[in-house]
Amino acid sequence: MPQIAATEVLIASRGRCNLRTVFEGILHAVLLACAVVSIITTVGIVLVLLLESLQFFRDVSVWEFLTGTKWSPLLKPQHFGILPLFCGTFLVAAGSSVIAIPIGLGTAIFLSEYAPPVVRDIVKPLLEVLAGIPSVVFGYLAVVFVSPIIKELFPSAEVFNAASACIVVGFMILPTIVSLSEDVLRSVPRSLREAAYALGATKLDVTVGVVVPAAMSGIMASFLLAIARAVGETMAVTLAAGATPKLTLSFFESIQTMTAYIVQVSQGDTPAGTLEYRTIFAVGLTLFIFTLSLNVVAQWILNRVREKYE
Amino acid sequence: MSEAAPIPLRVTTPTVRQPAVARNVTELSERAKKVAAIDVDFFYGTHQALHGISLEVPENCVTALIGPSGCGKSTFLRCLNRMNDMIDETALKGQILLDGIDIYQRGTDVVELRKRVGMVFQKSNPFPKSIYENVAYGPRVAGIKKRAVLDEIVEKCLQQSALWDEVENRLDDSALQLSGGQQQRLCIARALATNPDVLLMDEPASALDPKSTAAIEDLIFELKSNYTIVIVTHNMQQAARVSDQTAFFYEGHLVEVGSTTDMFTNPGEKKTEDYITGRFG
Amino acid sequence: MKLHAHSKSRPYAKFASTCFAVMCGFCTVLSVLVLLVVLWNIFSYGWSALSWNFVTSWPSRFPAKSGIWSALIGSLYLIGVTAVVSVPVGVGAAIYLEEYAPPSRWRTLVQVNIANLAGVPSIVYGILGLGLFVRMMHLNRSVIAGGLTLSLVVLPIIILSAQESLRAVPSTIRQASYALGATRWQTIWHQLLPVALPGILTGVILSLSRALGEAAPLVVVGAATFVAFTPENLMTDEFSALPIQIFNWTEQPQKDFHQLAAAGIIVLLVVLISMNALAIILRQRFGKKVKW
Repeated sequence: MPQIAATEVLIASRGRCNLRTVFEGILHAVLLACAVVSIITTVGIVLVLLLESLQFFRDVSVWEFLTGTKWSPLLKPQHFGILPLFCGTFLVAAGSSVIAIPIGLGTAIFLSEYAPPVVRDIVKPLLEVLAGIPSVVFGYLAVVFVSPIIKELFPSAEVFNAASACIVVGFMILPTIVSLSEDVLRSVPRSLREAAYALGATKLDVTVGVVVPAAMSGIMASFLLAIARAVGETMAVTLAAGATPKLTLSFFESIQTMTAYIVQVSQGDTPAGTLEYRTIFAVGLTLFIFTLSLNVVAQWILNRVREKYE
Repeated sequence: MSEAAPIPLRVTTPTVRQPAVARNVTELSERAKKVAAIDVDFFYGTHQALHGISLEVPENCVTALIGPSGCGKSTFLRCLNRMNDMIDETALKGQILLDGIDIYQRGTDVVELRKRVGMVFQKSNPFPKSIYENVAYGPRVAGIKKRAVLDEIVEKCLQQSALWDEVENRLDDSALQLSGGQQQRLCIARALATNPDVLLMDEPASALDPKSTAAIEDLIFELKSNYTIVIVTHNMQQAARVSDQTAFFYEGHLVEVGSTTDMFTNPGEKKTEDYITGRFG
Repeated sequence: MKLHAHSKSRPYAKFASTCFAVMCGFCTVLSVLVLLVVLWNIFSYGWSALSWNFVTSWPSRFPAKSGIWSALIGSLYLIGVTAVVSVPVGVGAAIYLEEYAPPSRWRTLVQVNIANLAGVPSIVYGILGLGLFVRMMHLNRSVIAGGLTLSLVVLPIIILSAQESLRAVPSTIRQASYALGATRWQTIWHQLLPVALPGILTGVILSLSRALGEAAPLVVVGAATFVAFTPENLMTDEFSALPIQIFNWTEQPQKDFHQLAAAGIIVLLVVLISMNALAIILRQRFGKKVKW
């Protein structure tokens, strides 16, 4: 008899059973909502940036914005050419890459190919600590420590200069390059290395000729992610590089990046709804598109690398 | 076993003809049918893993599913408590009846089903909790809260799985401290705690040493008076020792099913004979 | 003979190989050295300015009287709001993605979206916070607006790390639980979360320490630099935060303020490093206890 009752419960949907289904359903919905928050965030970013930027582009033509060579929205006469900010961002990204890429790749190669496990176990957490140091701390270092040194070495340098920003940003993005590149280098199959050694290659031949090329796409992705970080880096460049938007390729002059400009306006008392206020959304949109493209390409490469080795 | 070429020629076109019926299984066929699969096809995505399986499982018997690895015996076992639902992009055609009711029909409560059809896995997988909590988990999720009732269930199930004497005094120790064989018996106790009718065992002794294996086999023999047991095994001797009915799977087809004694002494299919005599698999 | 001739054509092969190894080793030493230089520089410069008075004083125009009290309290409030918002949402999203969502275009979309959000510069989140929380939702330049903005900044990191912890729970645990007739939520609550908890907590602590050091989004949302009171009403009152205070002092031309900045950084780093240490202890103590 109890057997039959049990079998009926199997199909029945009443009482406790029903309550449980409802409870599970509600939970499912709540968790789904949590995941949707991430989508809303993206939509929110795009909407906020687009809406205010559209207002901005009513007064300033897109052509003027993208090709103008003077940026002075806060001073009369106003100019809205983003190229000087672009140039500043480019200088910092390029300069910091020049520092971070060779050192980062060298460290990654050392850790994956040469270092005994003990060294790796010490160095990796230390690099994590380096990655965890807030950007404003690097800004402080640039102003108080790096900039005076540069001034001493190159007396013509200005107090605020791109070089000091490049140096600190370079070390900020270093951990990104090291940890990602090291992962890819280590995932290169042993058999590939052994095949090269069996042909009488030196360790240098194997590393530079076989391992690094095999891991190249992943290494490139780490470079892109690091450059994206340098482009979006804010506090350090604001403090170190100055607030003078200009078209220059000199590392010893004061410049301004897109991010530093946004901070400059935010710190002032620019009333909402004015053209000046809207410039930060237009600049923010440019910055967002820039970093997003770098990230998308890097993620795409990384996904392909993962598929290859899984 | 590695063997010569002619075998694949014979086995590529498995034929299924009314298995058990033609065989002399009077004793088995008299029993009530606990579980019955009717023409079951099973798909992983586009890959068909089971082809038209029809199989009846008599009540309070041990049915062994044998066959070389990849033959679909585990897949079939996992169809019986709908564990394959957990795998994405799988589909089942046909019917599986439990006490005459199709467990794949719409509105079936899978959670209720799994309480009635317990399962023991190939690798012992105790929860990283105490021994007591492992056994009490099933009744707890079923809504039993009274400590006294839980105590009673835990003791009864541990006794049934012949583990009580060994763990009586350390019920609060982590289950992960038990030996492999003990862990597997704990998993059996855990499965019994939901008071199932049917117990599915997926190669329960394959990861164990001979002594623990013997303990599990004894246990299966004890349990069959109260439970209907379906066991997957790749060990022919084990199938012969513990089961009443044996079903031979090959490449997703049910080649033959019959009483174990018949099957091992007088197999009806050439393929079955080849397999149980160790020519392939 | 041929073999011999070949190796003779590259007499410096071995030397070059050694040089390369030394160079790579030098890079490693340099990266670690930078960290030490950074820490040494800050501690040697700021140590003398650090005192109990410094911690409990309000900011002031006079360096000698200045302190970080309002910034410290502001940071604590911000982290509180961030934790309350981002932890449940982040862990919930991770559970949804790992345990509920079947592989589909939808899940891929959410996953790609989260990976990209993790790469969006924090200042862009600041602009979102300014447009959404400060202006549209009229939260003003308040702790709530700042905390919500920081929540969005760290959300992707929390989701990704929680997902990783859930994925590390062996699937045998899931199967055993489902086979006993547990529902999806019972399985998650009783089996998966307890096992994944140390990993999730580690990720949470690391994300919150990131939030603690963020200045850029707060500047845009409108954190004030000279606040001589602690926020009473989280919805309306102005607030400051440690990194903002440090930023402000660094901006000043006077050397005395720079020393205050260094002292502020020491406080910030001590908090950050203790949080990191806690995360490492969690990982060590609970991560390896469970063996499969």
